[in-house]
Amino acid sequence: MTPRLSLGPILYYWPRNQVLDFYAQMAESPVALVYLGETVCAKRHQMRTDDWLHLAEQLAAAGKEVVLSTLALVEAESDLKRLRRLCGNGRFWVEANDMAAVRLCQGQPFVAGPGINLYNGRALALLAREGLRRWVLPLELSHQTLAEMQALRPAGVETEVFAYGRLPLAYSARCFTARAYNLPKDDCQYRCLDTPDGMTLTTQDDTRFLALNGIQTQSAHTFSLLGELKRLRALAVDVIRISPQGSHTGQVIGLFDDCLRGGLDPAEGAARLKKLMPVGPCDGYWHGDAGMTWRAAVARLA
Amino acid sequence: MELVCPAGNLPALKAAVDNGADAVYLGFRDETNARHFAGLNFTPDRIRQGIDYARQRRIKVFLALNTYPQPQGWTRWQEAVDQAAALRVDALIAADLGVLDYAAERHPDLPLHLSVQGSATNYEALRFYHERFGIRRAVLPRVLSLTQVESLIGQSPVPVEVFGFGSLCVMVEGRCILSSYATGRSPNTYGACSPASHVEWRETSRGLETRLGGVLIERYGAGQNAGYPTLCKGSFQVGEQTYHALEEPTSLNTLELLPALQRAGVAAIKIEGRQRSPVYVEQVTRVWRAALDACARDPERFHPQAAWMAVLDKVSEGTRTTLGAYDRPWQ
Repeated sequence: MTPRLSLGPILYYWPRNQVLDFYAQMAESPVALVYLGETVCAKRHQMRTDDWLHLAEQLAAAGKEVVLSTLALVEAESDLKRLRRLCGNGRFWVEANDMAAVRLCQGQPFVAGPGINLYNGRALALLAREGLRRWVLPLELSHQTLAEMQALRPAGVETEVFAYGRLPLAYSARCFTARAYNLPKDDCQYRCLDTPDGMTLTTQDDTRFLALNGIQTQSAHTFSLLGELKRLRALAVDVIRISPQGSHTGQVIGLFDDCLRGGLDPAEGAARLKKLMPVGPCDGYWHGDAGMTWRAAVARLA
Repeated sequence: MELVCPAGNLPALKAAVDNGADAVYLGFRDETNARHFAGLNFTPDRIRQGIDYARQRRIKVFLALNTYPQPQGWTRWQEAVDQAAALRVDALIAADLGVLDYAAERHPDLPLHLSVQGSATNYEALRFYHERFGIRRAVLPRVLSLTQVESLIGQSPVPVEVFGFGSLCVMVEGRCILSSYATGRSPNTYGACSPASHVEWRETSRGLETRLGGVLIERYGAGQNAGYPTLCKGSFQVGEQTYHALEEPTSLNTLELLPALQRAGVAAIKIEGRQRSPVYVEQVTRVWRAALDACARDPERFHPQAAWMAVLDKVSEGTRTTLGAYDRPWQ
């Protein structure tokens, strides 16, 4: 079975028109699944819940399998109110990124997103009884752990792997983008609208290290498993996720699609992919190493 | 409000018990708990001694089993749950869905607390853990404002414990993998954040540098006090500025919020610091005992004494404290 391609939710805050143009383009792209919605900051409102639901209908009409993604850090009653509406939408599957969403999806099919900690078979089996239909491998786990998890996977549950994008590494009550502009969170002036890939954070010896995306901290480097397609197939991964970035997402999808169809050698695809990243690649987590490392570079030094 | 104090070893446990803790929390000497540091925690023999010491003085003992097992390690965590049940601890503090599920099914009489590593920041999440596993208490991540804590407690199916003092996580616990991004080891997988095994201290021409997994965390000039390189407390460059981009080296101290926490219905206050010395545990426990008693007697007139604050400042990271997320402007 060839894995299907999915497009993860946009993790950044883009102007409404940019979002709509982006999805108009994605409707024509080879991704089979599209995850839609705000997962990072409840204050972001260029797209309201109704707008996301409307977009979901349009993409479904274009033949995409649509999943509604939900917030990872759920704190206020207003967050729960929005979550209840999404979980009770009655039509589309929901991607839970917090246990609140798992509870609110009870009895309905749902996807456990990267915000849900599923580290072992017993955890997976428990959520399968709650209606889990697909789970995303936690970002810090390796292909060895994935192999063990696949052996324990309950019937009727698909496996998805985050295979391309800056990695969401942490969430906080504090907004780091507002902090970078010396603004309080309650008056953030929506400055993350200015940074379509987040703000790169550099160490004092000029190593690009992390990216600030509001209350979320990401890797500066882009996680990429295009060179690992053979292993992803061997591990019977059902869905491969590409996380949107500020530019070139269409080309990224094209390279993954070409490699999956056999029209392009994954090693060649991975080399071309590097040129499309904001900073550069990493894949350490997949190999059981520090997440920021890049196996190809390590091999070259050895 | 119950005072829950850290016990990284037997002397620290005794210090907590002798100085006014209502409960102590501890862990086994391995990666099943989130303070998996060399030389810390309890062997089965020591844990029995500790439990006896606390029991004789009517102090409760909670066992932290709050990391996330992967399939290859599952048996160890399962055995640890069985050991905790056999030890008849007053509660098991757990985070992982699989561990909670196993404990609830196999040992229905073992009281369960949801660990801060379980990352539950709202009452719908708490309802899930309560309905599925019958948790009796939840420890909240250090990301909620005081108002949010209060409204959560109003809807929570279980009593709530919050952090009162100690090292401050600025990220929501259980969902932060910054440490493994730099080192391969995280609180979830290994039970340690910014592990000592990956720390380097280097004297250079530009000053003393601290690194984690090779990543430069901080650079100190002559006369500056160097601190442990916790990843989220380093100085980094964003745009044109170099600053503590995530958080300063500082500790959480909510002493002045005690009356408000009591009014909000908080059931227990947790003191962080199983990795700290018995002297730390003794000093901090004594101050918090006195403060909690004063607050219970007369919350209207409660005011943190200068002597209490001086003791707490002295043992704080960077000798500074903050109200953290409880205070909205911090966010």
